Amino acid sequence: MSNLEAFQSETRAWLEENCPPLMRKASGGEEDICWGGRNFVFQSADQKLWLARMGARGWTVPTWPKEYGGGGLSKDEAKILASEMRRIKARTPLISFGIWMLGPALLKFGTHEQKLEHLPQIARGEIRWCQGYSEPNAGSDLAALATKAEDKGDHYIINGQKVWTSYADKADWIFCLVRTDFEASKHNGISFVLFDMASKGVSVKPILLISGNSPFCETFFDDVRAEKANLIGEENKGWTIAKYLLTHERTGISDMGLPTPLNSLAVEKRGTVGGEIADKMLRHQIAEHEIDAAAFMFTIERAKDEAKAGGELGAFSSMLKGYGTELNKSRHELILKVNGSDAFEWEGQFSNDGAIARQWLRTKGNSIEGGTTEVQLNIIAKRILDLPA
Amino acid sequence: MALIYNEEQQLLKESADGFFAQKAPISQLRKLRDDKDEVGYDEALWKEMAEMGFSGILVDEDHGGVDFGMVGAGIVAEAMGKNLSASPYHASAIVSASLILAGGSEQQKTTLLPAIAGGETVVTLAVDENGQHNPEGSALAATASAEGYSLSGMKTFVQEGGSADHYIVLARTSGRAGDREGLSLLMVNRGAAGLIVDRTAMADSRGWAKLTFEGVQVGAEAMLGSAGKAMDILEPALDKARIVLAAELLGMAQECLDRSVAYLKERKQFGVLIGSFQGLQHRAADLYGEIEVTRSAVLKALQVADMGGDFRWFASLAKAKACKTAELATNEVIQMHGGIGMTDEFDVGFFIKRARTVQALYGDYNYHADRFARCAGY
Repeated sequence: MSNLEAFQSETRAWLEENCPPLMRKASGGEEDICWGGRNFVFQSADQKLWLARMGARGWTVPTWPKEYGGGGLSKDEAKILASEMRRIKARTPLISFGIWMLGPALLKFGTHEQKLEHLPQIARGEIRWCQGYSEPNAGSDLAALATKAEDKGDHYIINGQKVWTSYADKADWIFCLVRTDFEASKHNGISFVLFDMASKGVSVKPILLISGNSPFCETFFDDVRAEKANLIGEENKGWTIAKYLLTHERTGISDMGLPTPLNSLAVEKRGTVGGEIADKMLRHQIAEHEIDAAAFMFTIERAKDEAKAGGELGAFSSMLKGYGTELNKSRHELILKVNGSDAFEWEGQFSNDGAIARQWLRTKGNSIEGGTTEVQLNIIAKRILDLPA
Repeated sequence: MALIYNEEQQLLKESADGFFAQKAPISQLRKLRDDKDEVGYDEALWKEMAEMGFSGILVDEDHGGVDFGMVGAGIVAEAMGKNLSASPYHASAIVSASLILAGGSEQQKTTLLPAIAGGETVVTLAVDENGQHNPEGSALAATASAEGYSLSGMKTFVQEGGSADHYIVLARTSGRAGDREGLSLLMVNRGAAGLIVDRTAMADSRGWAKLTFEGVQVGAEAMLGSAGKAMDILEPALDKARIVLAAELLGMAQECLDRSVAYLKERKQFGVLIGSFQGLQHRAADLYGEIEVTRSAVLKALQVADMGGDFRWFASLAKAKACKTAELATNEVIQMHGGIGMTDEFDVGFFIKRARTVQALYGDYNYHADRFARCAGY
């Protein structure tokens, strides 16, 4: 038996033994996600146990090094773990910005001490992170950010405002872009610092969205102290880290897992005649969408395989982000068509408090956050097609 | 299996790209068109393709081929798509070889496969009877006769039909048009009595023909596979052919993007390179995304076809997606070139003409979107 086969059978046995029953049931959506953090309220004892067991093994972040709380798995082993988890329909034990955004940046740019301090807490789900990037006057033009960090020797004093800070009201720490040099050109005066959201001077105000939910906040800094020990990389060189992190964010946004094919929803909701969805126009639209969705799914697979073979994803992540989010928007428009007027119920038990309508409206932000579709097209034009500025 | 080329396939890609760019660029197709060439391809090129192993790409080594599999076949087709290289590759090396490998008798395999692989004999499939691809709708009658069968009816949109040595003809031995059962594949030789070949000049300047059968007699040994059961071998062979066509369309789309991007970097208006305009940048970047997504669907389908089993869903996915992307790319390349893109002197117009015929061949976007849905149970 090869090493990988042995790993597979061990993994299968361990998961059988350790994945609690409730964690093998399909997730009910965003409500069921385990985000971790100091203040996280677990929905069930099983959810808490599952995080503890997977976290202890480092399998919340399977490929991170063991010394930083990861599982130390190779990419092949991680692929096996993922497929064994799928086999028993095990839920992801922990989803967090620490895992898919900050972690990769720390692994690449952090010092050994910084990694030791922050990564294991991310892996165990103890600290929940938020991302301090956009500002009222720095959206698509992110590098125009103006939140000011003043050098006070061993620390900075930070003043300014962030916006669209996802879950800032629930996060424990923030990774934040600040301006440390106002004289330099806009890309060369930015630094990447970490600080505790419980620090004096941090205040947070949720933003009510068209979906009626508030996943984003305005975040204000009024003389907030951040230790220089938590400056990642060099001072004024934060833009490089910011961009690196954005490619991870974009790849992550485009790879939110496989949604249920629309045809299954339509067959269930609308029925079939002669084995075909009764509404011919709807059937046609679903087929068109699912062709693009399937081709996109294989593109994610190909991108992963190319990365595994040593290729750099780079600006390709912009294509994935742009394509994936536009696809998700059209998917939710079709979900409305499948459900007809039922889709617009906003409150009440029948609709799970308007879940369909609220998710549909939420997707409108997909092609804005993490860089708009137009920003992604700009990046493709310049960095892949090498078109003139 | 990783969704990338292995080392052998990477080498094949490099050699195919170089070969077609050098030996069969668009200027060759232009000359064939201008000369109103009867054959529709350069026979010397086909000989060289045989020496490269391309004509035996799917044929096993025992029958004189190189057995590079579907991924290899797709790599060659993509390179041909980029250069619009004319040859009987698809008709003979892909469709016909697949059919003979799947359903041929020992006799048919030993006589035909080495000749196909060697580039000495060109075989093609005659399936459609009107403008819509619909194999089950075939009505051409093959009635039992003293020696075997007598064929009456017509076929259209036959690849290399004007010059092929043998035709594999989808004919009805029982049942009615529309029935899946009752169809048979029969080999008919060029020059058979009662066979009228009308070379048809199509927009893509390739070697198409219409065939009329007026009581063409063939022996019982002309049957390929089992009588009445043609669809069992025809459908998988057509699916292979469709995926390889998708690869050809992908090559065309990629070339259209590459030519557009190159033009955006050299053409000036308003005193600046037009590639600096965001309106054009976004058109090009959008097309880039569609091509990359198509590339994944095509490679996946090629790999799955090599593994065997039921790959109908993958085939229709690849052909449908490639049709849509090639349509976009061939329209965009004209738009992004502006007026010069409309001129015959400039080459980009050849892509739109070839793409649309390949899109129609063996099922267009709508045909495959519908089939994709049926394969998925809706």
